Amino acid sequence: MAERLEPVPGDWRRVSPKQVGVELAGSASMAVIAAIVAIAAFVLGIGFLSAAFAVAAVIGLISAAIAPGRVRSYGYQLRDDDLLFRRGLLYQRFVAIPYGRMQLIDINRGPVSRALGLSELKFVTAAAATNVTIPGLPEQEAEALRDRLVGLAETRRVGL
Amino acid sequence: MTEPLPAAPDDALPVAAPDGVPDPADALADGEWHRLHPATPFLRGGVAFLAILGVLVANFRDRLVELAVGFQEEDPVDLLIDRNLLLPVLGGAIAFVLIGIVGFYLSWRFHQFRVTDEVVEVRSGILFRTQRQARLDRIQGINLQRPFLARLVGAARLEISVAGQDANVRLAYLGSAQADVLRRDVLTLASGAKRGGAPAVARVRSGLLEQRVDELLAPELDPSEAPAESVVHIPPGRIIGSLLLSETTVIFVLVLAVGIPWVAISGNWYAILGVFPALIGMGGVIVNRFTRTLRYSIAGTPNGVRVGYGLLSTSSQTIPPGRIHSVAIRQPLLWRPAGWWHITTNLASSGVPSASSGNVAATRLMPVGTQDDVARVLALLLPDLHGEEGLLDTSLTGRGGDDGFVNAPPRARWLRPFSWRRTGFTLTSSALVLRSGIVWRTVVLVPQARLQSVALVQGPLRRRLRLAGVHAHTVAGPIAPRLEVADADVAVTLFADLAVAAVTSGAADTTHRWNASGSAP
Repeated sequence: MAERLEPVPGDWRRVSPKQVGVELAGSASMAVIAAIVAIAAFVLGIGFLSAAFAVAAVIGLISAAIAPGRVRSYGYQLRDDDLLFRRGLLYQRFVAIPYGRMQLIDINRGPVSRALGLSELKFVTAAAATNVTIPGLPEQEAEALRDRLVGLAETRRVGL
Repeated sequence: MTEPLPAAPDDALPVAAPDGVPDPADALADGEWHRLHPATPFLRGGVAFLAILGVLVANFRDRLVELAVGFQEEDPVDLLIDRNLLLPVLGGAIAFVLIGIVGFYLSWRFHQFRVTDEVVEVRSGILFRTQRQARLDRIQGINLQRPFLARLVGAARLEISVAGQDANVRLAYLGSAQADVLRRDVLTLASGAKRGGAPAVARVRSGLLEQRVDELLAPELDPSEAPAESVVHIPPGRIIGSLLLSETTVIFVLVLAVGIPWVAISGNWYAILGVFPALIGMGGVIVNRFTRTLRYSIAGTPNGVRVGYGLLSTSSQTIPPGRIHSVAIRQPLLWRPAGWWHITTNLASSGVPSASSGNVAATRLMPVGTQDDVARVLALLLPDLHGEEGLLDTSLTGRGGDDGFVNAPPRARWLRPFSWRRTGFTLTSSALVLRSGIVWRTVVLVPQARLQSVALVQGPLRRRLRLAGVHAHTVAGPIAPRLEVADADVAVTLFADLAVAAVTSGAADTTHRWNASGSAP
């Protein structure tokens, strides 16, 4: 296997390791629910439904297994003029968003994140394809980062 | 937003002259509140109301005639008389008509708009007031439509698009000539040029009828609006040809060619019933495309690109500079012998395309044209490309290799077995040009100043082949500008270059006020 992309040198700021808990909870609950449905369908003798949900359960398990690696892959850099975000090990994705293009920044907290004191920052530009969410930020850090980025976006505001 | 009901003193509101003759002193973009064309209620659905009224009147006229002649026949009116219900029913009908008329009149009176230096503002509604503002420097385009009925009475519909879904400001209806002037004024104000240009060209006309006829016969594009050399027309013959060579037509013909012999041989005539609706639908699509593209013209005006079309119902759209987020030039396989191309665009305002709002022009800007036309339209759409004439030929028909484009390496043939030679990109000073497709040739241009963000992606397959993809993110539309395969190192460099270019061109861009240094024409 060829080496992974490493397009930008420099320090990536990583997300909290506690995010593993959030992702585990999501993947594991998916696996458990899918497994229950699969077993129920098997008992009722609906073969194809059982098989489909068994596959979903296995996907959930794999997703849970690679959750730690996935969480380690999240990273971001605040460069002079743009925010750089990375995610993914198998499917790598790097996105650069100029500060002036950020239309709004959401802070979201799911139930598990809230229990662990984490937030995620969602960035919205005029392009739906941008699709950047930084998960697993401690609440204080998320709010500070949001305020800082909103400030930066305001000073560098450009048209559409 | 609510606002106290306007006192609306009559003298403060210069109501449009009913015949829509533009009075130079009556320019609508003067910051005052104005009302719409008096025929608006009828054009916006009042026709049905009139028809009901007509039926009522006709019935009672028949009744009067019968009374006079002395016929006696059983009809609803007789029944009403027999049961002594004539007066209540007649009264009810008259009250209904009166309420309708008053309602339409009031809604017309309360529907007002104004154009200031900063915003276009519309307020409407009798009980539930709504108010909508559009900032002039955020205008994405202005669409001027004249449905056939409205054209007959000399009215036009002006739609000012701003970014976002369902965020347009509609002024329906205005006097036809007034709408032209208003569009020009709004664009001039939005361009940042100083207010106070020459007054509207006053047209001397002898009478109402002649004026109507003049307007109906006038060319779709006013010659004074755009320099003639910038205008691209599409001859009707080419439109017919392009439709005949479209995928829809081919499927249509195939269905007929297979279906008719099959039905004739098997004698299964009922099968026709099943296919018939689909055939009618496809035929409708073809006819619709044809009528929409008749008298199609694309022209450059000082305030942007103007796309006009239509024979009976006409529509023309002006897209100011810097509102085009990406451009795709494509060639369907069947068009290759003829050398035709079509051009689509991503616009911030297009939203969901619908047949009624004229968004056909919004997304498919040039329905069909030769390579020469493509060059001229592209010069209008992306004027910054000036001086890169050779680029277009290479990008449209180039076969790849060492031709100025950075193309995919041979190992990309695992992912792009036919088109890898041609799949590549080049960066000009102002735009990213992506080339792909050997069967369906495609060229996508993205102005760097419109880039919202940039992504670099690599999955397991591309990693094994040392390839990567670069996605340029623009506003939603029919085009997704993506370089799907490139050498991994090249992609990393392109990603870094685009990230810098997006910032610098975005900051240097002044097209939101595209003529701020100039003065009104």
